[in-house]
Amino acid sequence: MDQHAHASDAAHASAAHDHESPEEFKKHLRSYYVVFVALLCLTAITVGVAYLKLERPIAIALALVIASIKAGLVAAVFMHLISEKKVIFAVLGLTALFFALVLALPSLTVYEHRHLITAGG
Amino acid sequence: MSDTAIPYMVKPNPVTGIPNGKFAIWLFLASEVMLFGALFSSYVLIRTGAPHWPPEGGLTSDLVSVPLGTLNTLVLITSSITIVLSWASCKLRNLKMFKVWMAITILLACAFLVVKYFEWMHKFELGHFPSHDNYFAIYFVLTGLHGLHIVGGIVVNLYLLTIGARMWNKDPEHFTNRVENAGLYWHFVDLVWIFLFPSLYLL
Repeated sequence: MDQHAHASDAAHASAAHDHESPEEFKKHLRSYYVVFVALLCLTAITVGVAYLKLERPIAIALALVIASIKAGLVAAVFMHLISEKKVIFAVLGLTALFFALVLALPSLTVYEHRHLITAGG
Repeated sequence: MSDTAIPYMVKPNPVTGIPNGKFAIWLFLASEVMLFGALFSSYVLIRTGAPHWPPEGGLTSDLVSVPLGTLNTLVLITSSITIVLSWASCKLRNLKMFKVWMAITILLACAFLVVKYFEWMHKFELGHFPSHDNYFAIYFVLTGLHGLHIVGGIVVNLYLLTIGARMWNKDPEHFTNRVENAGLYWHFVDLVWIFLFPSLYLL
């Protein structure tokens, strides 16, 4: 195994390390524990921030940012997305696009509805 | 391999570069994203259209138990690493440790449902049913659908722990891939909760 593979973490374990020996594979397990601790800490931060009683827009933005970081860690390391094949990213890219559309369309409808009410006097 | 067997369940499909089972589970997860996405979209629409949230006034943290929600978050996060370790045990050719980690994962999933059961029962005792207001309608739909996914995960994981584990003797690589696919699904269930928890309990 080359030096680059040694430096990589457990996120590469799924595809990139299929042919590793058990001893080599064990080295990557440490990253799973690191991510686990990070997730626990981020959960504590999420709850702690909620008790600060920040203004709602700031609280929502902060909570979503922390949740996104947690989701990113789970997807990248636990789900091995960081070392996944291009076809998976193509599927997820398309999904992300439609997910954004699903989220945005009702909001646009609300905006248009309010605009019409305002225009109608 | 018989004529009816699905090809490329162990070796990567030359077209996609990954085994067919793994590609299939990612496609399934994509459809799941759209399912929960539609419900999140409804939540955003109802919430932004409401003069106050929750509709009765006060804070969402007054209506639900933040400590129980936090406990369930910790339970699911822990179950995520235990299922990774069960897969890692398969990769290390250690069936015994696979069974240990998978059993812990299932127990944690059951613990999540037990906590959720007590949360729901407490709501019902207070007369907070889905028809109470928009907050509780969304709360019960989203946590209920998520709970059903937990039940589905328990069924699959229980199968892999018991009769499904027989595959280990004749095709350990195929079995390891199955465990990985079950893990991908389970992590997705965890991902959904990571967003549900702040949305329904804290904001």
